[in-house]
Amino acid sequence: MAERAIPSKLPVVPKELERIPLVQNQRGFAWISDRIAGVAEGKTPLWWWMAFVPSLSFATLLLCMLAYQISTGVGVWGDMRPVMWGWDIINFVWWIGIGHAGTLISAILFLLRQRWRTGVNRAAEAMTIFAVMCAGIYPAMHVGRVWFDWWLFPIPNSNGPIWPQFRSPLMWDVFAVSTYFTVSLLFWYMGLIPDLAVMRDRAKTRPRQFLYGLFALGWTGSNRHWSNYEKAYLLLAGLSTPLVLSVHSIVSLDFAVSQLPGWHTTIFPPYFVAGAIYSGFGMVLTLLVPLRKICKLEEVITLRHIDVMCKVTLATGSIVGYAYAMEYFIAWYSGNPYERWTFWHRIFGTYWYGGAAMLGFNALVPQLFWFKWFRQNLVAVFVISILINIGMWFERFVIIVGSLYQDFLPSSWGYFKPTWVDICTFLGTFGLFFTLFLLFLRFLPLIAISEVKGVTPQADPHHLLGGAKHEEPEPDDEVTL
Amino acid sequence: MNGVSSHPYGVMAEFSTPAAVMHAAEKVRDAGFTRWDVFTPFPVHGMDRAMGLKNSKVGWFAFLGGVAGYTCGMVMIWFMNDLNYHIVVGGKPMFSPYAAFPPSYELTILFGAFGSLFGMLFLNRLPRLHHPLLKNRRFGSVTHDRFFIVIECSDPKYSEPGTRRLLEEAGSKQIEVVEE
Repeated sequence: MAERAIPSKLPVVPKELERIPLVQNQRGFAWISDRIAGVAEGKTPLWWWMAFVPSLSFATLLLCMLAYQISTGVGVWGDMRPVMWGWDIINFVWWIGIGHAGTLISAILFLLRQRWRTGVNRAAEAMTIFAVMCAGIYPAMHVGRVWFDWWLFPIPNSNGPIWPQFRSPLMWDVFAVSTYFTVSLLFWYMGLIPDLAVMRDRAKTRPRQFLYGLFALGWTGSNRHWSNYEKAYLLLAGLSTPLVLSVHSIVSLDFAVSQLPGWHTTIFPPYFVAGAIYSGFGMVLTLLVPLRKICKLEEVITLRHIDVMCKVTLATGSIVGYAYAMEYFIAWYSGNPYERWTFWHRIFGTYWYGGAAMLGFNALVPQLFWFKWFRQNLVAVFVISILINIGMWFERFVIIVGSLYQDFLPSSWGYFKPTWVDICTFLGTFGLFFTLFLLFLRFLPLIAISEVKGVTPQADPHHLLGGAKHEEPEPDDEVTL
Repeated sequence: MNGVSSHPYGVMAEFSTPAAVMHAAEKVRDAGFTRWDVFTPFPVHGMDRAMGLKNSKVGWFAFLGGVAGYTCGMVMIWFMNDLNYHIVVGGKPMFSPYAAFPPSYELTILFGAFGSLFGMLFLNRLPRLHHPLLKNRRFGSVTHDRFFIVIECSDPKYSEPGTRRLLEEAGSKQIEVVEE
């Protein structure tokens, strides 16, 4: 086959059709590995320590709180009749919801061939894994006698054996969450294998060469390997998609299968999934908007990436808003006085502020993303992403506490207040989350290097730039992609 | 490389763009080599066809994993809640496929995911913690920005000058013999 002529200039695209390329300034392969791997190499920067020390302190606080809780009993939390699910289950649902954006980005957007996902998927998947870890702490502790946690698993015990009771949604949850954690970890690790090989080949010291080499499993970049690897990646994406949709559906069944007004609704599974993805994107934006600046990765996590993530937030936030509207409509339309009472008291009851935060931050605030100005303004995006996280926390507060504190019998009504242990445990999970995330930033490539290389124009052998080896663009080059 | 105990592993040719390595791969394929491979920093689209590779078999491992997971879930729940020890809850049946479905569904995905990852590792004969190419200094840039074709000495069509000539004609400027 004859050598292909490489045109020095590409056809110029009309200005209104121009898009920000996935890697800006036509950076070459070498630049991509140097810049991304560079974040995890060299001297530890000061900002990292400034973030790590407080995170680790809060993680230690978490350990102290858990030790206190285990040694004293669940009574140290504010859970008290009739509200037996308090901050523990709120935080469990909140954290696990956050994880969902990572799987959406890594699996669903992969199946939908959204090539921009390569810039953000690694960090989002790491976020998923660490968020699920934080979530998992709560139900494990909430059972009270932590040393009997193994009764949740299908392991024979000495009483019969009495096996787990599989007609309970709580048992389904055990399987959903543990599968979710395991599969997310496998998916993340598999994506890391080629990048660990990058780190291995760049490593200067023996321990780094050994450790990266060990975990890279002897990856050589062989095309026979890539062929199986890509198929396995596709399959994992295909398996993770129904997984992520099922996990929060099953979490929602913990509520929906009961008879309580505010919980007993069929809309819960899709409503919870949309809310989970919405809150997860909030957290992805909270993490990546500052990170791309601190780590100087603006050319790989471009404004286009931020823009599309804001659009996903807008879409899922609107689905959540629709679900809220539908819940209110059904509460009225059902004619059920208990149902109407619960929903009326969500906005006008004791915990009116929770309902206000939920409706305001989840249904109204994301509507700002209709405007390009908000999607392009990083300060606005950051502030909105924090509001989303707060709003989604209050959504779970409203659902859980709001339905429990006033049920059918006024004589059993109560009032829920968190204790200092509740608050410190929650702060502690943030410490754990950020400690793990910072360690990830410091030791692993936070962007999928090989995947980003694969979506650059020069990576495609059939692209007009296919044979071109262009490190830096010529100053007067009219190349527009 | 003391010259006494060294055995050649194969001939390695370096390329600097995906298009170049792909055209070269087509030539090596057409020359009828079987024990050879292309090494790239990222999967290059169309390379499987350029090398004449068949569709990957990982899907079978994932499928078998999924079937095993679903069966395992259903049988486990039936055994535990119906056969081995009855727990009566609200007059519900001891075993119902509906209540058993969610955990079985999760186990389908779990075992399917194990099948994909471990099937991929098995087909690739990984983990492999030693490889002749990984000792080669120049080969280190395969994870950076370079592309390589390696033809192994164990290939029946291998002859050092012939292989070298083929790779030179295919456009490589950097060709060397890699030691075992």
